[in-house]
Amino acid sequence: MQDNPKTGMSLIVKTITRLTVGLILLFGIYIVLHGHLSPGGGFAGGVIIALSFVHLMLAFGKDIAVSKVSKNLASNLESLGALMFLGIALIGFLGGSFFLNILNKGKPFQLFSAGTIPLSNIAISLKVGVGLFAIFLALVILEGTKKEK
Amino acid sequence: MTLYLLCLILFCIGLYGVLRKRNLVKIIIGLGIVEYSMNLFFILLGYRFSGRAPIDAQNQNILNMVDPLPQALVLTSIVIGLGVTALVISIAVRIYEKYGTFDITKIKRLKG
Amino acid sequence: MELHILLLFMIFAALVAIEVKDLLSSVIAVGSVGFALCLAFLVLKAPDLAITQLVVEILCLIILIRATISKDLPLVIEGRWVFNTVSTLLFVAVFLFFSYLALKELPGFGSPIMNVVKKYLEEGITKTGAVNLVAAVILDFRAYDTLGEATVLFTAVIGIMAVLRRPGRKKIEEKENAG
Repeated sequence: MQDNPKTGMSLIVKTITRLTVGLILLFGIYIVLHGHLSPGGGFAGGVIIALSFVHLMLAFGKDIAVSKVSKNLASNLESLGALMFLGIALIGFLGGSFFLNILNKGKPFQLFSAGTIPLSNIAISLKVGVGLFAIFLALVILEGTKKEK
Repeated sequence: MTLYLLCLILFCIGLYGVLRKRNLVKIIIGLGIVEYSMNLFFILLGYRFSGRAPIDAQNQNILNMVDPLPQALVLTSIVIGLGVTALVISIAVRIYEKYGTFDITKIKRLKG
Repeated sequence: MELHILLLFMIFAALVAIEVKDLLSSVIAVGSVGFALCLAFLVLKAPDLAITQLVVEILCLIILIRATISKDLPLVIEGRWVFNTVSTLLFVAVFLFFSYLALKELPGFGSPIMNVVKKYLEEGITKTGAVNLVAAVILDFRAYDTLGEATVLFTAVIGIMAVLRRPGRKKIEEKENAG
């Protein structure tokens, strides 16, 4: 990520952001994937993923963050997350009723256990994370055009 | 019992902020305080003395856990509260652009 | 004991947030109420909720500060200020009295009635295979509520994009050419 000294914050903030923003994203993905084994789950992990992108936007300015996740990509990903959650619900019809947990339950305390619960966590985290980033993008773009006037 | 009453006093402080303040941002802050107090009240209802967190570990007693059902409901409520706050803030930003003020008495008088 | 101290701190910080004139100070005070709530969730043995409340509070603070750095208003005491304040405080007193009468009917703090949850606790691990029982409740036993919540968030995002829309560049040029 190049350094345009006019936009964003000072040099110290930009250096620390380059080091830590990938770790924050990785931590959010870890909390989502282990949602059925330790506290956390889809909602907390999704908000942490959104916070990593917000961190990028606050430190480097609007343009670099929009080049990573543009507005169209954000709205497409969010709709994909919602449709995936609905699809997991409808798959339960194969077993007998709406939202039935029909995949293999496995042994407890393993990563690949608990049927459809990890898939639901991934779908929810995609929806919540990208949706909250889209909210922040809408607020920031409004500020930008207001200052131009 | 005193804990329940303190929680409801927090609710009343937020309610006072919604009813009596003229600045739009103060009204939104009062709404946020009302949401916090209600989430806390639900979790206070489900606590058990010397209970465990509702996550199982190996070779542990299960029937000693605190109530996980209010925790599931409040988890949903926290994220919905964030969405509602973001929507109300965006409406307040548009009102400031159009009328130039956050004062609700002046907004009622100006028309168009 | 710790819960009493935390609740008293939250009441004090909420009073500061409502009464202070500067907008930035009141936003910071609301942030401190949220962090004390996260600590209260940890004391009440709810780690899922503590993580979620912490990160949601941070995002809420960023949105509040980002959207409202504007000037604030001087307080003008209008005509019927005394009557309005006294009637509000009277309403609050009546509300607290009746809620005290109603709270006596609840089971005491620390011994909840767990009729439905007993079944969830006993069969949770064998029926769903998840060790985290709160995740099992929200994504398997009560998954319909999670679908409703996803719908509410989706509606909020669409509403914000509809409120904060700018007219496109073509429309601004058409208005300048016509006017």
